Amino acid sequence: MWSTKVLRGLRHPSVLLLLIPFLAVGPAGTLPSPSPSNFSSSEEGDSNVHASDKHPETFQVFTVDYSHVQVPFEIALWIMLASLAKLAFHWSSRLPAIMPESCLLIMVGLLVGGAIYGVRNTPPPTLSADVFFLFLLPPIILDAGYFLPGRVFFENLGTIMLYAMPGTLWNTLGIGFSLYGLCLVVPGEALKELSLFHCLQFGSLISAVDPVAVLSVFEEMHVNEQLHILVFGESLLNDATALVLYRLFESFLRMPTLTGFDVLLGAFEVLAVGTGGVLVGIFFGLVAALVTRFTARAQVIAPLFVFLFSYLCYLTSEMLHISGFFAIMTCAVSMKQYVEANISEKSHTTIKYFLKMWSSVSETLIFIFLGVSTIQDEHMWNWPFVTCTLLLCLLWRAMGVLILTACINRVRHNHVTFRDQFIIAYGGLRGAICFSLVFLMDDFPLKKLLITTTITEVLFTVFVQGMTIKPLVELLEVSKKSEECSLGLEIHCRVLDHLIAGIEEVVGYSGQHHWKEKFDHFNTKYLRKILVRPDKRPKSSLVRLYQKLERRDQRREEERKDEEGVAESPQTPRVLLPEEMNSIRKILANNLHNFNRRCSTLEYGATYSRHRLNPEFLMDRNTTVTPASHHPLYRPVSLADHMRPTLSTQWEHEYEDRDSNGRRLSQSLTACNTTDGALSSPNGPAELHPDTGTDDSAAPGSSSQDQEQNCRRSTSTTSRGPKKLSFVFENEKNRK
Amino acid sequence: MGSRASSLLREEDIEEIKKETGFSHSQITRLYSRFHSLDKGENGALSREDFQRIPELAINPLGDRIINAFFPEGEDQVNFRGFMRTLAHFRPVEDNEKNKDPDAGEPLNSRNNKLLFAFRLYDLDRDDKISRDELLQVLRMMVGVNISDEQLGSIADRTIQEADTNGDSCISFSEFIKALEKVDVEQKMSIRFLH
Repeated sequence: MWSTKVLRGLRHPSVLLLLIPFLAVGPAGTLPSPSPSNFSSSEEGDSNVHASDKHPETFQVFTVDYSHVQVPFEIALWIMLASLAKLAFHWSSRLPAIMPESCLLIMVGLLVGGAIYGVRNTPPPTLSADVFFLFLLPPIILDAGYFLPGRVFFENLGTIMLYAMPGTLWNTLGIGFSLYGLCLVVPGEALKELSLFHCLQFGSLISAVDPVAVLSVFEEMHVNEQLHILVFGESLLNDATALVLYRLFESFLRMPTLTGFDVLLGAFEVLAVGTGGVLVGIFFGLVAALVTRFTARAQVIAPLFVFLFSYLCYLTSEMLHISGFFAIMTCAVSMKQYVEANISEKSHTTIKYFLKMWSSVSETLIFIFLGVSTIQDEHMWNWPFVTCTLLLCLLWRAMGVLILTACINRVRHNHVTFRDQFIIAYGGLRGAICFSLVFLMDDFPLKKLLITTTITEVLFTVFVQGMTIKPLVELLEVSKKSEECSLGLEIHCRVLDHLIAGIEEVVGYSGQHHWKEKFDHFNTKYLRKILVRPDKRPKSSLVRLYQKLERRDQRREEERKDEEGVAESPQTPRVLLPEEMNSIRKILANNLHNFNRRCSTLEYGATYSRHRLNPEFLMDRNTTVTPASHHPLYRPVSLADHMRPTLSTQWEHEYEDRDSNGRRLSQSLTACNTTDGALSSPNGPAELHPDTGTDDSAAPGSSSQDQEQNCRRSTSTTSRGPKKLSFVFENEKNRK
Repeated sequence: MGSRASSLLREEDIEEIKKETGFSHSQITRLYSRFHSLDKGENGALSREDFQRIPELAINPLGDRIINAFFPEGEDQVNFRGFMRTLAHFRPVEDNEKNKDPDAGEPLNSRNNKLLFAFRLYDLDRDDKISRDELLQVLRMMVGVNISDEQLGSIADRTIQEADTNGDSCISFSEFIKALEKVDVEQKMSIRFLH
């Protein structure tokens, strides 16, 4: 069998992992599509009948009914293959340094495709455009949009749009016209069939820089934020232009005659597509934010709303033939801040991980399919055409970037340097979008040539440019991302933003900060009120950042403690919140009740044994219980008499009368119970009663301090009390 | 608008301002007409009310502090010279700016001076330290009324803790500079004054 031969050849263990799905995919690999499932169910019915006809006597104990599960089984196997490939890739430490992940995945795809071809002698399944555009692409764009660094993006929006739209147009026209010129010049009959519009259409699809490919390469490079957002933002936004131009030229090809008016309409279509996408995106984003406002009682499905609304947004815009890319990105960007405010922490983590997982799987599948689809019968090779395409792509892109940067640098504060420009031009990787678009083209004789050229271009950019860009970045010493995230920095930057906005006002210059300030004002005043849950509304992003940093520090602290094995967390003063107060009261109500029951048995003896008392009411007798305060033991009895349902009023009653020792006992009792090591608050019991007013806080303050300290010493010996309370507080913390 | 305003501004004044602040001739005249349009009382100086009349400045969280920054210590009026001097801090730094006069001192729009301006936004009492209270005040202005004092206090404590190197629980100017060393202040604190 071919598989055993392959096994013998391979030594590296991780590659063996890849073979598992090979064995299954090999014999059964057909690209799943909806119709076979209907087919197979009817077949199954037939085969069952056949089976019963053929073997009427024997009872089938063990049957294999593959056609029943064929479609989902194969989908699962492809995804399994993709994930195992990724696993194997990251397991080796040398590989990620040399080549980006996308290269390896394409190679795996090539291998699988070759294997399938070898086994079945027919070309393997190709990537269906519908599957690509409807299922594989949206998670990636959603992931990109949701985790877009909003601030940097909007600061550079002008530049990005300039690169994306006029840039793509420039590339399209340049490549298209040059290729047409080539077709006219080349001797022989090979290229004569390509008309101008064919060339232009090809130019439009080949100039579409692919966000998937760019992402997978740039993510491993950690370049500085601005460069990353320029390349990435451009790759996202230019797809809209490319798609529109593609459809434009396609309809020009189909139309018998062409007028200038049609060209003008085409230009309008670009604008309409773009703005339509943005509007649809904003609409869906805001609706999603509104819905998440009400998910407090059903937190588990909150992430589902985010995904559903984004996907619906994408599908709606695809239906209307407007840019799904713009729509889903705008949707993600617009709903993000409100959704984050509305949903719980766990839902937020869920969204994050699901998005990352889906986009990762999609990306891997796309690259593998790219490799698989390359193995075909239908290649047509033409040296001049292919090599010129490769060169022209690079050339026109470089020129475009240079010219556009020269224009934009006049307007920008910090210029895009030559290094950055080089990386932008060189990092224009083509990927699966070009690929699927070329398959979608109307059939004409030289279509195979275009397919071959596209495949070559994609493979060239991903392999050659993808593998060399990392060393180039190192060589050119492009500035890297700085990892810091500090509260002070955020505050100072915020202050500077406000300052600049103010100065711009004074000068009368409506700059970027002016509009940002206006938007923030509108946001806080109107949008947040509608879209964010009422109890979550006040949180400013500074507070959120602070909490995030605190949580991070706490986690680090815990990790450090785990390593060191010593629990020495500093006692930070902590203010008690109302929920905690209620729980304290409940506990004390229960315990005091118990205490009173017990104390009633002690009524007759001054001899009370510490062992008979509930330990949480133990006090260190040597330090606090003086002979005079023996009397207080009788006081709790009267507590039983005076015991009323509402403990708070009981306490108030106690606190108002400060003269007798009994007060001090009960104070110290409460002090003991509530101020364990973890929550020593300087004001002690006075904190517990915000409603009794400040007049109580003064006098008990000092005496309770002493009691507190005594209690602290004593509570170290009593284990149950403080633990019970800390358990309660843990619950409170978890509930929040 | 242009002719009447510039007739009140003499050539010598323009030259002096140019030397002091580094603005170009056209920028100075343009800013003078802006100054003039803000000056409702037409007395050649701006008061606090004139600034407060600017609508967007009223909704700016730090509006009062910014207005304050224009007025020199203890005065209630700012003339055009003072106005330009404050605005000079926000002029973009040009690389080819070679100071021909070696003892003219640091230009007003140097990084240090920009940072000093920002520092003074916090430090009202001019003791060259941002105390916890001063930081709290600024935080309160930016964050709004819905955050509790304790939370704000913790944020302020953490900020000071991050920046404080000499342990005096205040942020001195050098600590402030250090905290912002990775930030491109020259770009952030610059406005494009149209030529």
